[in-house]
Amino acid sequence: MIKIENLHKSYPIGKDSLHVLKGIDLHIKEGEFVSIMGSSGSGKSTLLNIVGLLDIHDAGNYYLNGQLIKDLNEKKAAILRNKFLGFVFQSFNLISYKTALENVALPLYYKGINKKERLKVAMDYLDKVGLKDWASHLPNELSGGQKQRVAIARALVTNPKVVLADEPTGALDTTTTDSVMDLLKDINDEGMTVFVITHEEEVANQTKRIVRLRDGVIINDTLTKVAKAL
Amino acid sequence: MFDVDRWREIFQSINKNRLRSVMSGFTVAFAILLFTLLFGVASGLGNFFKSAFADDAQNMMFVRVWKTTKPYKGLQTGRAIQLKNTDYNYVTEEYEDQIQYQSARIYKNFSIKYKNEASTYNVRAVHPDHQFLEKTMMDQGRYLNNRDLREKSKVIVIGRLVKKDLFGEKPALGKRVNVNGSSFLIIGIFSDEGGDNEERMAYIPVTTAQMMYGNNDYINQINLGYNPSLSTDAAIAFGKKVERDMRKRLNIHPDDQSALSVRNMAEANKFVGILMFALFLIIGFIGSGTLVAGIIGISNIMIFVIKERTKEFGIRKALGATPGSIVRMVVQESVLITTLAGYFGLTLGTYILTAIGNSLEEQYFIKDPSVSPGIVIGATVVLIISGLIAGYVPAKRAARIKPIEALRAD
Repeated sequence: MIKIENLHKSYPIGKDSLHVLKGIDLHIKEGEFVSIMGSSGSGKSTLLNIVGLLDIHDAGNYYLNGQLIKDLNEKKAAILRNKFLGFVFQSFNLISYKTALENVALPLYYKGINKKERLKVAMDYLDKVGLKDWASHLPNELSGGQKQRVAIARALVTNPKVVLADEPTGALDTTTTDSVMDLLKDINDEGMTVFVITHEEEVANQTKRIVRLRDGVIINDTLTKVAKAL
Repeated sequence: MFDVDRWREIFQSINKNRLRSVMSGFTVAFAILLFTLLFGVASGLGNFFKSAFADDAQNMMFVRVWKTTKPYKGLQTGRAIQLKNTDYNYVTEEYEDQIQYQSARIYKNFSIKYKNEASTYNVRAVHPDHQFLEKTMMDQGRYLNNRDLREKSKVIVIGRLVKKDLFGEKPALGKRVNVNGSSFLIIGIFSDEGGDNEERMAYIPVTTAQMMYGNNDYINQINLGYNPSLSTDAAIAFGKKVERDMRKRLNIHPDDQSALSVRNMAEANKFVGILMFALFLIIGFIGSGTLVAGIIGISNIMIFVIKERTKEFGIRKALGATPGSIVRMVVQESVLITTLAGYFGLTLGTYILTAIGNSLEEQYFIKDPSVSPGIVIGATVVLIISGLIAGYVPAKRAARIKPIEALRAD
């Protein structure tokens, strides 16, 4: 599903450049539940941005769903994001003036689906995350856990190939963290590839595979107990 | 352009951020309001100038005579010039093609008497065309006609105020009045926009006057309406030609303004035309300056708004919005706000102008200020284009927003 070969990325800082990713090789197959662990500055966010087509790499190859990602212009990247990827962010990133239902339906608008169909599908996904009764509420009327579940429903609504979650529990307390992780697990159980970035051991331990990053290189790539138990 | 879903998105964005939208619209509404008021005032001034000459036909010119002030061909100064029917016939036949209306005019002061009411009035003896030259409006009955002239009938058309003086509220049409000792039949009652003096007056056939009072063929003045198809310049030239011609005919020195002159409305028209053109040039300059300031204002606010919405655009892009779709959304929102706000300004301005009406005529020479439908349509087009211009720069900026930067956890 995601295949990365010898990936390099550096950012210019004044006259110098900061080499953030120094040759990453990573292969994630369909249906995997992977977490990327690392302290801040390890390059995990950069990796997610490149995987998520929000940024471009300098060297190496990146295949998404078998397609080599190269020379993408913004329009193509936007279409690929809409088609293959679902995003979940630490700070939820819901649009404040849209209701939960409208937020979930937004990716379908950019897919060109008509309003009736959009709202119907969005409602199904809200139901799936247990927030059907909250459909007409605005984000600021929801709790953090609820917001993140809305965001997850939004990530799923286009039926993407991969769900990318950037510190999805970073802004949540322990109880809601567990409920969000349970939801991600359920999604994975249904066959969705889930790619989580985190710095919390407990969160990483609930995934099936942990990839540890330090200073722009992979130092460890192991299956967790969860995976072994299956 | 017409995409129901995009309009929904835009309406939602405007509706949920009303204060912001109102603020962005304010500058444009204000600019259009000023523009409308300026334009209205300019047209009001124009209307005043036009109505200042409303008393007579726009294409009127008249030949009048007095005494010579320069010796010519052995003739002395101080000689009184007398126009006659032959002069009238000469001009009207010689220049037939260039003339629309024609009438001689004799001035008399007669007492008009009905029963016990009597007063002295200015009576003009004229031809039927005089009605159009003087813009006489018939309230009752009819004006003089060719038959009256042929038969030298003793008929009279009296002004609204003459009727009021002599008859009060009682009917006057068909009654007989005593004019300087002769009995005349009232065939019509008229009104005139030229004011009270023009309505406290009466008209009789020129032939009747010549027969009854002196039995001569004298006239005081020749009134002409030049052919409206003549350009202003051609009409002025025509007036000059008639003037030269008549001086030659009556043995008057070519430069003797006092002895014979032609007063030509075309000259006044030309002056007013130049004045109005200059006025509209100035107003247009100020108006479009205001409008440009408005456009820059809304563009500035839109840039600020884009900054405020950076995160939203970042989210939209992460979810699959193409840069093009962001540009279209912002531009369309800008056009919508500009057009609505502009229309608000335009409507408000029109209301104010209507409210002003003629109240400023006396002091400031502004009469019935208004904006024409053509200006309104033009303004609409300008507004839409303004919205496009105002929205384009911010939209480009919005489309350049990088989702990673916009979504960086805060």
